[in-house]
Amino acid sequence: MTKSFEKGNVAIAKAAVSAGCLYYFGYPITPQSDIPEYLSGVLPGLGGQFVQAESEVASINMLLGAGSTGKRAMTSSSSPGISLKQEGISYMAGSEIPGVIVNIQRSGPGLGGISASQGDYFQSTRGGGHGDYRTIVLAPATVQEMYDLTILAFDLSDKYRIPSMILADAMLGQMKEPLDEWKPELGIDYGHSEWILTGAKGRERRRVKSLYLGDGDLAEHNWRLAEKHKRIAENETRASVDIPEDAELVVTAFGSAARIARTAVDRAREEGHSVGMLRPITLWPFPAEEFVKVGEKGTPILAVELNTGQMVEDVEIAVKGASKVSFCGYPPGYLPSPDEIYEKIMEILKGEEN
Amino acid sequence: MKQVFGRPESLVDVASHFCPGCHHGTIHRLVAEAIDHYGVREETIGAASVGCSVFMYDYFDIDVVESPHGRSPAVATGVKRSNPEKFVLLYQGDGDLAAIGTAEIIHAANRGEPLTVIFVNNTVYGMTGGQMAPTTMLGQRTTTSPYGREFSQDGYPIKITEMLAQLEGVAYAARVAVDTPAHLAKAKKAIFAAFEAQVEKRGMGMVEILSSCPTNWGMNAIEANKRIETEMIPYFPLGVFKERKGSDFF
Repeated sequence: MTKSFEKGNVAIAKAAVSAGCLYYFGYPITPQSDIPEYLSGVLPGLGGQFVQAESEVASINMLLGAGSTGKRAMTSSSSPGISLKQEGISYMAGSEIPGVIVNIQRSGPGLGGISASQGDYFQSTRGGGHGDYRTIVLAPATVQEMYDLTILAFDLSDKYRIPSMILADAMLGQMKEPLDEWKPELGIDYGHSEWILTGAKGRERRRVKSLYLGDGDLAEHNWRLAEKHKRIAENETRASVDIPEDAELVVTAFGSAARIARTAVDRAREEGHSVGMLRPITLWPFPAEEFVKVGEKGTPILAVELNTGQMVEDVEIAVKGASKVSFCGYPPGYLPSPDEIYEKIMEILKGEEN
Repeated sequence: MKQVFGRPESLVDVASHFCPGCHHGTIHRLVAEAIDHYGVREETIGAASVGCSVFMYDYFDIDVVESPHGRSPAVATGVKRSNPEKFVLLYQGDGDLAAIGTAEIIHAANRGEPLTVIFVNNTVYGMTGGQMAPTTMLGQRTTTSPYGREFSQDGYPIKITEMLAQLEGVAYAARVAVDTPAHLAKAKKAIFAAFEAQVEKRGMGMVEILSSCPTNWGMNAIEANKRIETEMIPYFPLGVFKERKGSDFF
């Protein structure tokens, strides 16, 4: 294991290489350009390919092409660029083509700005493009997790033949932290390689496609995808749960918002309050069961997000009114201090919430 | 008895969905002959496009990945870059290549991706029911140019092969037609040359094929065939626009 001190973006790029990803297709956009910059230097020497595409649309379709041949490949971008990639992501989901897409979120809507934001939660967790589908969405909160979850994204993508997305933001992409660069096991056989396009040598031709015109075929395909989504939800949901038995409040947040919220939770605990922390790591599948457990006790929940309220809707769907759910949002251009969130926690604990 | 004519091995023996008089079937046959001739069937990955052309995955006995509309040059780039030893075949219509996918074809060509592109130009959107294409002729009536294409409104029909021939990454670019036996022979030669450009790793090989769409032109097969000669060829000249034999680009 190699120890280093890396930017979050570089950690993702290094993780991709460790995961055996030799093909990268992308287009420059702030604040993720460290990823293509790093890989353009490294991949050619490894016998891989770095292609700077003419557009975000082209780069996602290059990913689709490489993925259809069973090769591990990646593209990365930031919010407006991810919007452009949605067409290709929908086709990849429909054709069940693996591939990893990294979104180092900036702010929107529109051109927005380049500051950190979590405004793409809805877009990421609801599919994002047209049609009835989901992608696996992993939300790292540290540079180490940028590395670890990128490797997981490749594994899950291959295992389930589904596009996987890393949803981070400008803050996580640009900051440096210590990193353990571990090497995963490669070449795992998931028992379903018979779809991969290699040329029809000594076998029947294969077709990787999403067009189903036969009577009832598309409905059947959609139900099959839904079954797969269910399987993923059952087996791959991940969350970091730190909730004391006697918790008076549970704070929930993901990604960089969770780091700030965690500091506030720790301060409240130091002052003798029993406050829990529930951090979803997979945003889709959403760790609804963990919230159901909180709801069973009726413990109030405070959701903290760097947007005007997106994940909080999933929290409310999960608890079905069993817990009071409060929200504390910070739209782009402003980052809260832990003290601000601490104050909000105190308001709720004292019953003074507006 | 010696067999002198038969179905190419790479063409699947099924009834096609193409309309009577449509040239896609003819073009499919020529492309299949090229696949057989160069012995690449088992190494080929096709990148299907959107439109009537998408059903190449039903008719060619090869592996095929479907692409979003216009994006097959990008999809094919991803396939070829990660599998440089494979033969990658594109089959695009005029709406796909010359309208929604203009950026993808130009940049794939400019990068010199060693791909073989079959570009079927029938001056109309076929599958969606005969709307105006970027290649629709001036004065041609379509379902979205009911008064005839007017240059002040819609511009001139785009001559994409001449444009692509300007790019250094293109090793071979030609325009052919499939309306007469003599043109068919030339079309076959051009398709073979576009295959050779990839086999010899010289860059992109592309052939534009002027073809008919009797259904959406409101003509019978014979009238449609004649239109290629009387209206299309005078505006879209046939010929080889680019042929670079050496691999000096790389």
